[in-house]
Amino acid sequence: MTAAEGLPGAGWRRADGPPAQDRERRRRSGGRPPRPGESLVGEAEFTSYYGRPVIKPPVWKTPDVPLYLFLGGAAGTSALLGTMAELTGRPALSRAAHLAAGGGALTSVGFLIHDLGRPARFLNMLRVFKPTSPLSVGSWVLAPFSALATATAGAHLLGRFPRLRLLTGLGAAALGGPMTTYTAALLADTAVPSWHEAHRELPFAFAGSAMAAGGGIAVASSPAEEAGPARQVAVTGALVDLVAMHRIEHGHGLVSEPYRTGRAGRLLQAARACTVTGTALTLAAGRRRVPALLGGALLAAGSVLTRFGVFDAGMASARDPRYTVEPQRARAAERDAAAAGTRS
Amino acid sequence: MTTISSASTAFSGDDPRNRLFGPVPDVAGERGYGEDHPPRVGFFTDTSVCIGCKACEVACKEWNTLPMDDAEGNRAQLGLTGASYDNTGMLGANSWRHVAFVEQSRAVDLPMPTVGAPGSAGGQRPLEDPPVVHPGVPASSTTAEQSAPQQTSSGDREIRWLMSSDVCKHCTHAACLDVCPTGSLFRTEFGSVVVQEDICNGCGYCVPACPYGVIDQRQDDGRVFKCTLCYDRLTDGLQPACASACPTESIQFGDLDELRARADARLAALQDKGVEGARLYGHDEDDGVGGAGAFFLLLDEPEVYGLPPDPVVTTRDLPSMWRHVAAGAAMVVGLVASAFAGRRR
Repeated sequence: MTAAEGLPGAGWRRADGPPAQDRERRRRSGGRPPRPGESLVGEAEFTSYYGRPVIKPPVWKTPDVPLYLFLGGAAGTSALLGTMAELTGRPALSRAAHLAAGGGALTSVGFLIHDLGRPARFLNMLRVFKPTSPLSVGSWVLAPFSALATATAGAHLLGRFPRLRLLTGLGAAALGGPMTTYTAALLADTAVPSWHEAHRELPFAFAGSAMAAGGGIAVASSPAEEAGPARQVAVTGALVDLVAMHRIEHGHGLVSEPYRTGRAGRLLQAARACTVTGTALTLAAGRRRVPALLGGALLAAGSVLTRFGVFDAGMASARDPRYTVEPQRARAAERDAAAAGTRS
Repeated sequence: MTTISSASTAFSGDDPRNRLFGPVPDVAGERGYGEDHPPRVGFFTDTSVCIGCKACEVACKEWNTLPMDDAEGNRAQLGLTGASYDNTGMLGANSWRHVAFVEQSRAVDLPMPTVGAPGSAGGQRPLEDPPVVHPGVPASSTTAEQSAPQQTSSGDREIRWLMSSDVCKHCTHAACLDVCPTGSLFRTEFGSVVVQEDICNGCGYCVPACPYGVIDQRQDDGRVFKCTLCYDRLTDGLQPACASACPTESIQFGDLDELRARADARLAALQDKGVEGARLYGHDEDDGVGGAGAFFLLLDEPEVYGLPPDPVVTTRDLPSMWRHVAAGAAMVVGLVASAFAGRRR
């Protein structure tokens, strides 16, 4: 960009709208003519084209996409838990977790397809494999994962094919880790300021959230004497989630703001409350059934709310041109200053 | 013609340094087109001579049979925005050219001879009014001659009207193309970026990926649509419809190299005449998208026209994203495994 140096905007202001009218009023009531060099700089402010967003807000629908994020993550952790439980001789935990994995995977795929503009063409997702598209990579993770997890859950329900079940379970578990985090790249690899800027923390927030959800569901749905590892997974996951979300909500200056304000702020506050209470209950429950059930449910609810909150924050940051323009302005100014520094 | 690649250059490109961002001298060649592919073409939109006639919008709508919508993308609705003469509102699935209208004013507070005591009511009035042909229009206001296009003065205010025809930038590193999971978006032999409508499944990923907010999903259709640089016309040796319709040559179509040279000359000419704020936007190969196939001469900051001041292709940070995704996944596997390790029941 070849900026006209020394002429930032040259004093031009939009001729209509409240800001222009305010300035007009100030100018008239003040009566004092502005001193040279004072008026224009003092009025420097954020400009946009009639307040319209610069980028297009995602066309992804709620609740489809937030639920798809939640279910995929919970299913990924559940598959890992189920197979580990099977290998270490915890049949009840294995069954509960594998059923959650299968159910979560299937509904997750359902929500993904329902969100498409042309659902009948969903198989086009598997037409190519593109490492530059997190949705392509994700489809290639999700498709085999949901097939394997559903097969494992089916074998549990039928109570047959134990050897095949072990194999499909191992396959699902191998894809379980990527299932919990690829959706973070899916959100971050966009021009949405609040998602993109958080691309280093989002995978960990989603991983923690997925562990809290998968662990919580397993704790709530399996007998206490087998649920020890699930309790540990749920609690460590909740802690990872809380730390990563705190960094997302406070570490990125202006683009962290949508995570703390408006509907997203309220959703994430509720998420935090659920996660903290759920963690405390899970820790305190021991082998008592009711608190464990409640704690697990609260952790899962916290994960759901986190996904809705993160989704909403991104939408809010895309709709307000300020979040797009101001960080880019600051970046450009920094670069210009650095260039000027090296020149002199 | 060789295989048309919808895969990004990121993991197959010959130049390891510019796979996800940075200059790419031969963008079509890098995508697998042979030596005989045509040169990269694009638009140079010189907004200093745009008169806001919207012939480009109409020509585009007619040629591409785009449906009617209001300024928010709602189909078959008439929308009046109240934003100057702009009732198109934005680029979208049904508007592939969009003429922006910006009304601006400023106080004349440059030191100049005045009548009356300093600071009094008449103090801001210039001693001499500019010569007038029609009331309120300076004599030198033919676009070719005037030193400050689209500008006139009225009392102690100067008023100007910025008009600019926006379009898809056909980026060197196109985020929409990079993130498309179906391969529906592809790079043509002309270096432009086009959606194959028979493949698009409406996942909508390209919509928030575009740093300019160009591509959008069409209501009641589900697929995404955007400017094709009139791919059908190009293959028949014609100009894009908007460029042929533009009466002032504000929209210039041609080989990108030639357009860039023409733009540099035009910018120098305007700056010689003292036009404030003239700058090129999107012509720099070192910018965040590796240079745009459609670039602009603007008279104010990009955000005034609704353009991002410093767009960066989101996939520039993709290697970092994948590293963190992998680390997160490994953490989950490790933590789950360790929850079982060392427990015997």
